[in-house]
Amino acid sequence: MSSKFSIFKKGLIDISPLLIPVIPFGIIFGAIGIELGFSPLITYATSLIIFGGASQIVFIQLLSGGASSLVAITSVGVINSRHFLYGAVLTEYLEKLSLIKKLIISYLITDQTFAVSSRYFKENKINNNSHYHLIGAGVILWTTWQLTTIIGIFLGSIVPDEWGLKFAIPLTFLAIIINEFRKLDHVLVMLISGISSLVFFDLPFKAYIIITPLIGLLSALIIIRIKESL
Amino acid sequence: MSWLSVIIAGLITYITRFSMITFVNSKMMSKKVRLVLSYVPSTVFPAIIFPSVFFDDYGYFVEVNDPKIFGILTAIIIGYFFRNIIATIISGLFVYWIFIL
Repeated sequence: MSSKFSIFKKGLIDISPLLIPVIPFGIIFGAIGIELGFSPLITYATSLIIFGGASQIVFIQLLSGGASSLVAITSVGVINSRHFLYGAVLTEYLEKLSLIKKLIISYLITDQTFAVSSRYFKENKINNNSHYHLIGAGVILWTTWQLTTIIGIFLGSIVPDEWGLKFAIPLTFLAIIINEFRKLDHVLVMLISGISSLVFFDLPFKAYIIITPLIGLLSALIIIRIKESL
Repeated sequence: MSWLSVIIAGLITYITRFSMITFVNSKMMSKKVRLVLSYVPSTVFPAIIFPSVFFDDYGYFVEVNDPKIFGILTAIIIGYFFRNIIATIISGLFVYWIFIL
């Protein structure tokens, strides 16, 4: 049985390539927070309290655009609902941990930690220390996100408005889903969702951000049905 | 942005993280639900991308030759072929900056 520390280190090493895109993402988030007019303290607090990059950007973007808190909070929930999926996969490997440990490890579940640790759990024999892989990956990711947010907050007060840094928002989200561009069913869902967001954009309280995922997931369900019947 | 909404958003995010691990075992979630949830990124992110590319700051459609259109098209092409997150973002920003600066 490998020691706690060596598994921790393995997690740290496994996730390191995935940290490279996190660095500009964190800097972009911090800088945009300032550009959209939020205070440095509350911009940083979202990284500590929410700790979910994409949802944080959407959250501050919606609020700065006049969305109600309810809509902004709901959209954070919708975006982060993919954690349910990760949890459903990980629970099999973390079943034996105490409640306290489960509660602590949960905070570290992200796209990146899920990607590397679920692969590690699948490929290695599970023992009492396996979860240190997720802790190692999570701790370094968390630290990177906190530090880059702070760097971005400083840069945001230096970068001039004319640079149009806001355009980094759609580009960042495009980059997140770029791997799905080769799957026709996903591209279809993207187009339906995108057009729906344009159609419903003028609804009050930025409700399009809630309505669109409902339409998108409904069309995904229909696409799955059609694929099954083929 | 009030502190309360940040805290509630954080709590909800935390719930999405711990609920499955704490209360559910792997057999309770159907394959169908997992399959549908795997489409969440593909529906949520276009809802952010489309309006911020196709609308200007005042909610009007941009012109066909808007710098943002050129930027996003470049990013799609680079991203599709190189499947690299950083190259996607940088190429889009670069082309956008060529047009606006």
